[in-house]
Amino acid sequence: MKATSSTFRQNSREALLDDDLQQALSKMGFLGARKRVVDALPEWEELRTTAREIKEHTLAHLDFYLEEFEKNVRANGGHVHWCSTPEDASATVLSILKEAGARKVIKGKSMAGEEVGINEALEAAAIDRLETDLGEYIIQLADEPPSHIIAPAIHKTKAQITELFHDHHQVHGKTERVTEVASIVNEAREVLRDGFLAADAGITGGNFLVAETGSVALVTNEGNGDLTSTLPRVHIVTAGIEKVVPTLDDLSVYLRLLARSATGQEMSVYTTLTTGPRRAVDLDGAAEFHVVLIDNGRSQWLGNEFHEMLRCIRCGACLNHCPVWNSVGGHAYGWVYSGPMGSVLTPLMIGLEEAGQLPNACTMNGRCQSVCPMSIPLPSLMRRLRFRQHDQGLSGLGTRIALAVWGFMATQPRCYRLVTRVGIGLLGLLSGTRGRFRRLLFAEAWTEERDFPAPAGETFMGAWKKAARGRK
Amino acid sequence: MSKHDILSRIRTSLNRNGPLPNGVSAGLRARLATPALHLRPAFSEQAVERFVEKLQGVAGSVDHCKAGLGIAEAVQRYLDERDLAQEIVVSTDELIGDVPWSNQMRVKHGRPDPHDKTSVTGAFAAIAETGTVVLLSSPESPTTLNLLPENHIVAVRREHIVRHQEDVWRALRQRPDGMPRTVNLITGPSRTGDVEQVLQLGAHGPRQLHVLVVNDDA
Repeated sequence: MKATSSTFRQNSREALLDDDLQQALSKMGFLGARKRVVDALPEWEELRTTAREIKEHTLAHLDFYLEEFEKNVRANGGHVHWCSTPEDASATVLSILKEAGARKVIKGKSMAGEEVGINEALEAAAIDRLETDLGEYIIQLADEPPSHIIAPAIHKTKAQITELFHDHHQVHGKTERVTEVASIVNEAREVLRDGFLAADAGITGGNFLVAETGSVALVTNEGNGDLTSTLPRVHIVTAGIEKVVPTLDDLSVYLRLLARSATGQEMSVYTTLTTGPRRAVDLDGAAEFHVVLIDNGRSQWLGNEFHEMLRCIRCGACLNHCPVWNSVGGHAYGWVYSGPMGSVLTPLMIGLEEAGQLPNACTMNGRCQSVCPMSIPLPSLMRRLRFRQHDQGLSGLGTRIALAVWGFMATQPRCYRLVTRVGIGLLGLLSGTRGRFRRLLFAEAWTEERDFPAPAGETFMGAWKKAARGRK
Repeated sequence: MSKHDILSRIRTSLNRNGPLPNGVSAGLRARLATPALHLRPAFSEQAVERFVEKLQGVAGSVDHCKAGLGIAEAVQRYLDERDLAQEIVVSTDELIGDVPWSNQMRVKHGRPDPHDKTSVTGAFAAIAETGTVVLLSSPESPTTLNLLPENHIVAVRREHIVRHQEDVWRALRQRPDGMPRTVNLITGPSRTGDVEQVLQLGAHGPRQLHVLVVNDDA
């Protein structure tokens, strides 16, 4: 998809003024549910530690486990395709579809698929695409990208969905407006059922790739992923190379963390292990099974300062707990991934030139890190991106001048004390009795929305000295 | 080509020139061959009791019966209570294949059609920790039976209700024919929260999940 991350500020401003969006965002219910199930599990912290250790072990031997996974997929009659770039991945999917003569494709949700632009590739090849996750289906009708990695249509109100269905379902003979959640879900179920049955190929993501057995583990609540992988002739999985886990026992550790972190469930409704195509004697299941492994920069983060991002299991907890995401929603971030994890992944995948504002859209409150089931230090990673941005000369002129001045002063204690004493004294005097500024030079961005509190008239060093004299 | 590129980038990033030395990869193979058991959430209840409680907690329903005729009667009960048609599509596995259905019941075997309303299948196991049933694909039990019909009835032998997922992995590893194409771990009926975060049952899969705990000793 075409990124609009470079206009994050503008996107956010518009998002804050969008009443429908604000109403939809106010329904966010994942936090309470997550807290309840996490509090109910005394082993939570120990599981987090174990999950991190397993992931670090796997990453340290990633080449071995990927080859082992491939070997076992093949032993069960499936195919593995290795793709370095998004273009490779889309071209591979298209060639599998072409080879199989597939014209109608149904899709389960796959963030890796979004990342490499599968949808655009299918459209360009004039292949019929139908999204089957209800949220993805809603945004397909609206022709929008997902705004949340596990709840892609969380930005839509019920009233908007009613209108979308009314506009698009009349061709299916549905002329009445559906206004209740139950009837909306029912109508989607009926309309999509025909699509499931008519499809030639199904494309899903993969939450985990199990090296021990060559299985793809897919976690959903609707059952759409299972219908997508079972009904059509061809099943294609798109997944990042970091998704591999060594054994089924390792998988269990992640499964206990994933659903709790994502939706506040102890277990999602459907956790499915798919191992190869249907056996000769089976009555259903896809006859062809393909796993498309996507690198897209991941192999280069291994061992570097962004290594920890490879632990991400795409649960969405950091989005749910981010005050910025909750204020502006996912679309403001301008690409596939949003929130804290998106503010790290997006610059790494599409470049700091385009997405440099994202790691700066953070208050460093640290909630994302504290809820992350994989203990990824997201604020530190964003800070490292800010460093990189500065080193590459991508930060603004004002920022660079301010940092240079600060850098000089911070290494000259006398000068620092003098300037702060004069500056703070002056600000204290200027503010008069109000104790705050309505407007302040160089701080218009702040004072435009709120007052700037005036300093108390004395520096910390001054107060410290005075207190020290008093103690003597 | 890409495979070679990706593997060499990974190795470069990990400060290696080539594949792992034999000693190291042998250690990793041993880890794969005898998977380490990790921490599992503890619970004090009996497995069956916990399974029932957890399944009901995710909107599943439970009944208890004996095998054979007991299953036929329990299915009949279920259909009657909910006013459903006397029409089922069933698997032919060990637990369901020999059930003596009543003459009024219309019974189909194998793949369901899109209009079939109720399916009955046998489970490989069930997991007490989370109230999950475990179903394997086979010629006797096609996966679509677990997904397409609106009402899914699953029978599981009481002694196959294990405490944790890890117990299922152990049982799977002991199967002579290895992993089936599909292992479904199902925890309650299908659901979605995609419309304003309101929980709605029956998204694409079954609207109801009913589990029969089969106990021949009772």
